[in-house]
Amino acid sequence: MKEKEQREQMTLVSSAPHIRSGESVHKVMWSVVLALAPAAAFSVYLFGMPALVLIGVSVGSAVVAEALIRLFLRKPVTVLDGSAVITGLLLAMNLPPRAPCWMAAIGSAFAVIVVKQLFGGLGFNIFNPALAARALLMASWPVYMTTAWHRFSGDNVLSPALLNNGGLPPAVYDTLTRATPLGLLRDGPRILADAGLGSAPLYKMAVSPEMLKSLFMGNVGGCIGETSALLLLAGALFLLFRKIITWHIPAAYAGTVAAAAAVYYYATGCPCWQMMPLFHLLSGGLVLGAFFMATDMVTSPVSRKGMLLFGAGCGIVTFVIRLWGGYPEGVSYAILIMNAFVPLIDRLTKPRVFGVKEKARP
Amino acid sequence: MFSRFGWGVHPPESKAGTKGLKFINLPIPHTCYIPLQQHVGAPARLVVNKGDLVSEGQLIGSADGAISAHVHSSIPGKVADIAPVLTVYGPQTAVIIEAEGSFSASARQLPTGAWTDLSGAQIRDRVRDAGVVGLGGAAFPTAVKLSPPEGKKIDTLVVNGAECEPYLTVDDMLMQTFPEAVIEGTRIALAALGIGSAVIGVENNKKAAVSALKKALAQLNPRESIAIKKLRTRYPQGAEKQMIASLLGRRVPSGGLPMDVGVIVQNVGTILAIRDAVAYGMPLFSRYMTVAGKAIARPGNYKVRLGMRLADIVEECGGFVEEPAKIVMGGPMCGVSVPSLDMPVVKGTSGVLFLTRKEATHAEYTACIRCGACVAACPMNLLPCDLGNAVEKNRPDLALKLNPRDCIMCGCCSYVCPSRRPLSHFIKLAQERTKPDTVAKA
Repeated sequence: MKEKEQREQMTLVSSAPHIRSGESVHKVMWSVVLALAPAAAFSVYLFGMPALVLIGVSVGSAVVAEALIRLFLRKPVTVLDGSAVITGLLLAMNLPPRAPCWMAAIGSAFAVIVVKQLFGGLGFNIFNPALAARALLMASWPVYMTTAWHRFSGDNVLSPALLNNGGLPPAVYDTLTRATPLGLLRDGPRILADAGLGSAPLYKMAVSPEMLKSLFMGNVGGCIGETSALLLLAGALFLLFRKIITWHIPAAYAGTVAAAAAVYYYATGCPCWQMMPLFHLLSGGLVLGAFFMATDMVTSPVSRKGMLLFGAGCGIVTFVIRLWGGYPEGVSYAILIMNAFVPLIDRLTKPRVFGVKEKARP
Repeated sequence: MFSRFGWGVHPPESKAGTKGLKFINLPIPHTCYIPLQQHVGAPARLVVNKGDLVSEGQLIGSADGAISAHVHSSIPGKVADIAPVLTVYGPQTAVIIEAEGSFSASARQLPTGAWTDLSGAQIRDRVRDAGVVGLGGAAFPTAVKLSPPEGKKIDTLVVNGAECEPYLTVDDMLMQTFPEAVIEGTRIALAALGIGSAVIGVENNKKAAVSALKKALAQLNPRESIAIKKLRTRYPQGAEKQMIASLLGRRVPSGGLPMDVGVIVQNVGTILAIRDAVAYGMPLFSRYMTVAGKAIARPGNYKVRLGMRLADIVEECGGFVEEPAKIVMGGPMCGVSVPSLDMPVVKGTSGVLFLTRKEATHAEYTACIRCGACVAACPMNLLPCDLGNAVEKNRPDLALKLNPRDCIMCGCCSYVCPSRRPLSHFIKLAQERTKPDTVAKA
């Protein structure tokens, strides 16, 4: 009788360790959603209802697509882990605010079904799902992806806070403000040359206090996630504090872009070369990309050294695309290209085992 | 002062339950189950028969072979049976002794003369006679460790008082309660090794222990050079290789032993057992340990006779306040979970934890999300995530390239994994499956 009693009260037996940190995939994913929320909310405030609807459709279709494909594949439905929500949210943040909803839905479904689940689900995808979807949409509907911007007043896409205090002719100024900040940097010299002007006023405009303040606070045109650097950094700080991301990838990424910008603009004789790195860091999707997308755990290296290399690679590719590529912004392609290099980087940066001498390594 | 190694982890210390609790002698159990193997190496050879009367501290198992250790009776009494008993090392032949007669160990004659007159070989003989093994948990025969092979030059003795495992406070209390004895034991171990330099490493969360040791050291003022160093509170600070790197800046080569960098490491408990053996001729038949966890009514630090069953300990500690979900012998990071209360305490049992369901987190594991937390935590700079995946895919060839044999089984990787993957378990499997003969067969 006593023996039977004891058998019923058998305790759990497993290998060590018997305590766990309490961190879970679930908590990691929802923390990222929480970190993105302030910047997304600000964009809705800035761009209005269309942005909110687009975020809703994008997140909703990512979740539905994940549930359906898991059911179809007869695997446990894992939508509650939050990873599909992140994919949908990140995709929306990579879309122009006036992009049509059906595009977001197609993008989300592609991201979740093709890029993530068909590769084996969370943990097995090679490319960042949201960025791969953005690349698909960019290739399929480039007009929407490059023109569906929010307009602050008239045709002004750039920022409502800017003033024509550089003495530019009103017509030229209006043309310039029809672009996003990086579009301005790309097409500005041509527009000014057409009007018979040099490109100096352009750079002056790019690093004017109004412009830099707009970029930092977020009062600026672009994709939904390209607005407030401040709120994105606040979210990133939360993730750093929670130890979900480390400083390695963002620091290497931003550092490389800043260094490349400083060298390039100094070499090309730009009058305000000292300030141009700041413009490059704050404009476009760099903050979003460096802190929230390049740091995607699944598609980035596992070692600290590898993370630094990966971040630096992202920085170089981003800068090259921004300066000489076919699109004004290069963050998404840079990260996708570097995603493909992750296995190689992981192999190159395999940590040296404790107690193994440098030379003894085979 | 706060020397460090790689990364490691800092789990909640959970020591509050027993920190500062003075040692209490647990009552002598009526029956002791004494396994003949409580150490690394060959089991001891049985030297008593069923029905024999044995006295307290009498030899019942004799060291057999180069690496083995004597086993002594913990209580006076009659050998009721010699039978297999399930121990923390698996089923073992055990001598089951039922108490009767008087406790003679404390009345037996003390060795004559001071230990300072003994040669190194004589000290090692006394350590061997007393059946001393590493009491930190590894249970390697101490006399063997104190006899490094020819050609290995030892210059430093490291005394391990790190106690980096959460929950355990026994070493902390040993250093606080018997600081003079720790210093004396260190001197004896130095004499056995024929060297004059020792470092006692203590994590900086044990301030009372550090000051007690420093005070004792100043009072005794030994002629040997003995230093007390604080270490950063970081698990696995007390692992041999990490300890040596932190204290001396030396890196034990992959696949090597501390003696390869001129160091011998002994746990503070072992140092006290060495002292008891050499200065007082006392065989190792009891040990100090921590009983902790939220399921036990009276957690604390206890002196326990070897061979006492967990069931008796639970009874003496006031029973359970809650049904334990897990019973762990050793610390929570690398101790062994056991299925029943019939297990006897052995020489290597530094603690017994009765963990509630809330404390012993357990969950289904999911796929690796490549977060790299395990890579950052691994004190040996391995890639636990890749090792886990290789084992899961049943690819010993891939696992072999990832140096599974360098793993020290500290459990940091499993501890941090957000996917709750049993990574150190996978690495253990990798070690098993990449044994030279296994790979050849595959």
